[in-house]
Amino acid sequence: MTTYDSSSALKLSLPVLFGYIPLGAAFGVMFADLGYHWLYATLMGLVIYAGAGQFLAVGLLANHAGLVEVFVATLLLNARHMVYGLSLLSTLKLKGGRRWYLIFALTDETYSLLTMLQIKCEALRSRLQFRVAALNHAYWVTGCTLGAWLGGQIDYSTAGIEFTLPALFMVLTIEQYRSVQRPQVFALAVAIGVMALLISPDNMLMLSIAMAVSLLLMARGGVEWNRLRIF
Amino acid sequence: MESTAYLLTFIAVAAAATFLTRLLPFVLLYRWADHPLLKHLGRYLPPVLMVLLLMYALKDAFVTGEALLPSLTALLLVTLLHLLWRNPLISILSGTGLYMFLTQSGVMA
Repeated sequence: MTTYDSSSALKLSLPVLFGYIPLGAAFGVMFADLGYHWLYATLMGLVIYAGAGQFLAVGLLANHAGLVEVFVATLLLNARHMVYGLSLLSTLKLKGGRRWYLIFALTDETYSLLTMLQIKCEALRSRLQFRVAALNHAYWVTGCTLGAWLGGQIDYSTAGIEFTLPALFMVLTIEQYRSVQRPQVFALAVAIGVMALLISPDNMLMLSIAMAVSLLLMARGGVEWNRLRIF
Repeated sequence: MESTAYLLTFIAVAAAATFLTRLLPFVLLYRWADHPLLKHLGRYLPPVLMVLLLMYALKDAFVTGEALLPSLTALLLVTLLHLLWRNPLISILSGTGLYMFLTQSGVMA
């Protein structure tokens, strides 16, 4: 995984293809049950582009939720995305429209792949970042569309194929270990994850990320705080 | 027609809220991108987040116990293959194939 050329984006994003098609289709099937035209599922995948966010949206649509509730619930559910931006600030050198697009397309999986792209050459890195983001987006929109269009007729012999996503996170964890090589960081992460699972499985991700950011900031502590005049 | 208008407004609001969560750090913290505290987060957040995303992806298996053994077995294969060859596609696709076989055949149920 150390050498890249401009065709690497497809290879890098393949695990996400196998994850996003079935997950997007699961959303599409649920959405189609509400009785709307399948094209709206395509539209949602295109402009919202958030897994958990769109599953939440189906529930909110079914209850005919108020728009303020929709805004607040979506904002809270996706709050973890703010942390992804935090850690990408210095490696994202894209400019203009492509920069806005990449920020828009920053899902869990796209972020994870971008952490892999530690390439010195800025032009190549930027090109791959953009392509990976666009490919993942295309997979997701395809999945949403297929699910809503085909509804319940989907063949279940492919059940379990979405395991590519935990498998991808496993591979990326190993790669992170190779580049960071500090076991205590990983032990801390596991401890935080277990704690969050015990406290509230439903809010596990948001809870654990909030704890992780707080702990990392506290570990650095003291002097740095005074230099960061945003609080 | 009213229902279509509601749906379109709904989609616009959900899209705006989602984009906002992704945009905020870039707008608010852009000027501090080289600050040591943010560099510290930029270095240590990715490994921590990868572990947490992995645990989150397996959350249902941990909580309900359903497919827990196939999940752990498949992850073990992913890990072994990746340590051996370091080819992400081989590791991920083999692990997924094993997981699909184990869950669909029910040999571990």
